[in-house]
Amino acid sequence: MPERTNAEWLADLRGPENQQAITDLRVVLIRGLSYSLSTRLRGDIDTLVEDFAQEALLKILNNLDTFRGESKLTTWAQKIAVRVAYSELRRKRWQDISIQDLYPEDSGIDYTPAVLTDPGANPEMSVTQRNILEMVLRLIQEKLTEKQRQAMIIVMSGGLPLEEAARQMGTNRNALYKLIHDARKRLKEEIEAEGLSADDLLAAFGSI
Amino acid sequence: MELKLDVLKKMVRSIATTAPHEIGCDECFNEIDRFVELELQGKKPAEAMPLVQAHLDRCMNCREEYEALLDAIKACQ
Repeated sequence: MPERTNAEWLADLRGPENQQAITDLRVVLIRGLSYSLSTRLRGDIDTLVEDFAQEALLKILNNLDTFRGESKLTTWAQKIAVRVAYSELRRKRWQDISIQDLYPEDSGIDYTPAVLTDPGANPEMSVTQRNILEMVLRLIQEKLTEKQRQAMIIVMSGGLPLEEAARQMGTNRNALYKLIHDARKRLKEEIEAEGLSADDLLAAFGSI
Repeated sequence: MELKLDVLKKMVRSIATTAPHEIGCDECFNEIDRFVELELQGKKPAEAMPLVQAHLDRCMNCREEYEALLDAIKACQ
């Protein structure tokens, strides 16, 4: 395969005789995906990798105008292929787990862990830690919107990866990240308003 | 539902380390090819691009794809 500069890749991929460049790029994507997925999946992955590479190639060709030239074109193309592959693998892996199962909407939710309702359950927890957890639980219930609460609990409890939670909530991963970031900022402000700093929280829980 | 104690502790740490400005997954995706190339050149992308590093520390989906991209590019070198 010829070494190409970014300009040569772009010219070849856009040109009327672009079949060779597309074939060359497909080889690069397949080699990269095969290697990165071989550590993650067992069995014969060749067909899967070829499907991912094909889907990624279409995206790449449709989005050549968005390439900013800040990396090699092959690195940029490979990140698109990785995104295609991992999004699809996540969707398959998590498709049987629904948000409704993880977060029933009509159950009169009480988040309080047993350790807080039963003081004898975890005697090594200090009064400070207990007070902080009670405060955070209260603020989650009082200060967050229902959507923020749902997102934060589902994603942070590890019930669903961010991307899959977003898909099921009818949004996208970036928007859900921002929603949870807003929730975290709000809680931090409210905790500070009640007289505790971030350092106080980390001193109580940082090393656990 | 009941929140598990370890989840609650994770939330507390996550709240405590929240920065006023964090980039989201889209901005991370825009930068990650450059980040990976700096890494492979032995430069220090975390210092040059601290917001990307902070996002990778927090977002497991983006971290997973970053590590996969690193592997994929190494395989093609």
